Amino acid sequence: MYDLIVVGGGPAGLAAAVKARECGLKKVLIVERSLQLGGILNQCIHNGFGLTYFKEELTGPEYAARFIKQVEGTDIEVRTDTMVLDITPDKTVHMVSPTLGYRAEQTKSIILAMGCRERARGALSIPGTRPAGVYTAGAAQKYVNIDGYMPGRRIVILGSGDIGLIMARRLTLEGAKVLACVELNPYSSGLNRNIVQCLNDFNIPLYLSHTVTNIQGESRVEKVVVSQVDDRTKAPIPGTEIEFECDTLLLSVGLIPENELTRDAGIALDPRTKGAFVYENMETSMPGVFACGNVLHVHDLVDFVTQEAQRAAEAAAEYVLKGQPSRENIIDVRTAGGVTYTVPQQICPENLKDEVRVFFRINRVFGKSEIVAKLGDKEIKVFKKPFMIPGEMQNVSIPAELLAGTHEDLTIEAREVTEPAADNGEVAK
Amino acid sequence: MKELICIVCPRGCHLTVDENNGYAVTGNFCKRGEVYGKAEVTAPVRVVTSTVAIHRASAKTAPDAAGGIEARCPVKTSDAIPKHLVLDAMQQIYAASVDLPVHIGDVVIHGICGTGADLVATKDILA
Ligand SMILES: Cc1cc2nc3c(=O)[nH]c(=O)nc-3n(C[C@H](O)[C@H](O)[C@H](O)COP(=O)(O)OP(=O)(O)OC[C@H]3O[C@@H](n4cnc5c(N)ncnc54)[C@H](O)[C@@H]3O)c2cc1C
Ligand code: SF4
Repeated sequence: MYDLIVVGGGPAGLAAAVKARECGLKKVLIVERSLQLGGILNQCIHNGFGLTYFKEELTGPEYAARFIKQVEGTDIEVRTDTMVLDITPDKTVHMVSPTLGYRAEQTKSIILAMGCRERARGALSIPGTRPAGVYTAGAAQKYVNIDGYMPGRRIVILGSGDIGLIMARRLTLEGAKVLACVELNPYSSGLNRNIVQCLNDFNIPLYLSHTVTNIQGESRVEKVVVSQVDDRTKAPIPGTEIEFECDTLLLSVGLIPENELTRDAGIALDPRTKGAFVYENMETSMPGVFACGNVLHVHDLVDFVTQEAQRAAEAAAEYVLKGQPSRENIIDVRTAGGVTYTVPQQICPENLKDEVRVFFRINRVFGKSEIVAKLGDKEIKVFKKPFMIPGEMQNVSIPAELLAGTHEDLTIEAREVTEPAADNGEVAK
Repeated sequence: MKELICIVCPRGCHLTVDENNGYAVTGNFCKRGEVYGKAEVTAPVRVVTSTVAIHRASAKTAPDAAGGIEARCPVKTSDAIPKHLVLDAMQQIYAASVDLPVHIGDVVIHGICGTGADLVATKDILA
């Protein structure tokens, strides 16, 4: 019988396992389906990881290595090349690997850290033929950075998320011609830093409020058609078509938490985050099962993934060593004024130690604004934010004493104090 | 006049830098934008990250479909190098390779492009 099984050996799983061991759990197992630990960080060879957690700018593999080394310095068991197939309510984890075959392992607690996968073309329904040469940006990233293959020579990128931007630079440095980066929204969902260093540095044009309206080609992509869209309806505007002769279209159109296991286990999922509903301690609706990292909600900074994983691990250790915390008084966390979701979604005030950190995203660009925490109609705390963009996850920390003894729901509301600069995000077209 | 976007914080102010007026910066919301704008116009630098080929003695060269064993070793410049040297640096990186085992921080190219920065490995790859 294990004390803890961690599903997934990316940054979330690694940090969770190390922390749980530190907190006194003795028998800990990490199950990872690929051949090596590190998760998505293995293919993120660019730098910019760890500024918050390590106060250093590391590349993805370097960030992962710090935690892999910590795991190797302990007696934490690791099974790579092993895929978890099923989790059953009696906390049996069913897994399969070429070396061990099928195994069912019993455990006292489980941490879900399966990460997320990219949205694929099927989710978008672009008209046109179905030639080869359409990849997700992350798949292309793996081909180039790990396998050493180029996906194409003349490239158009749909979506201006960070993965797409990073790949625009990467493919340019490897000798490809990136013709355009095309974004449906009037602002980029990527970080400014990436727009400057990945597009502007190489004079790659960014077409905001545009989308791909046709893909042409027999066996291989030969041309894509890009049209401007109406900012309100998102409908393509006839007569605005631009044609690009290219052999490759990369899609960087979002990530979806990988929660098949979670759903099959009967754990409640939040339709907004596509991850599990969690309490303040990262516990899901199934007692003793916790979630953290990209499988819970999509993160942009790995540093927050690490911290969330550590919180989940502390709670798993408490669950195993001290038993299930009281769930007598549960309050919901509600959203208002442009806040799209929160993690956690539910809080038990009497279980809070010093504070509860609430993570959330907003649905548009906000100028100078206030985040207001309310119990019922009563404002209990106001946080000032100079500026917020949808691409950056926000968080506020609410002191436990403000929630002590309450039975009212907590609301997190975003309020703009001044209008945002109208030109924000309008970058070199 | 040069126009650029400040990357120091997510606000992303649109800066204008006047080369003829002591690199005076306008459009910045805070002081940090002024420092960035001036440096970016006078001496822009970048860290370069890429990969180099791996020499493997055994036949275990084929990358694994499951996403495990790599065919390339990730590398970075140990410091930011002048931006105008980035493409020259890439030419040297294309030609470079490493023998295994390789460890984080191992130098692959000393003083890349005559700068003080080395090209170093960013991953431990033992076999
Ligand atoms: C292209 C890209 C660029 C990024 N750039 C930055 C950046 O510049 N700075 C930054 O701070 N952050 C960046 N991030 C974000 C950061 O890398 C992620 O937030 C972080 O890696 C998420 O960690 P994770 O452990 O939750 O997920 P992952 O790293 O995805 O790990 C999940 C692991 O679970 C395994 N798994 C899944 N299902 C199973 C199963 N059934 N059985 C066994 N194992 C399973 C997977 O194989 C994988 O190894 C980037 C992300 C991407 C994708
Ligand atoms: S000038 Fe200041 S406020 Fe504006 S983007 Fe730069 S750091 Fe942020």
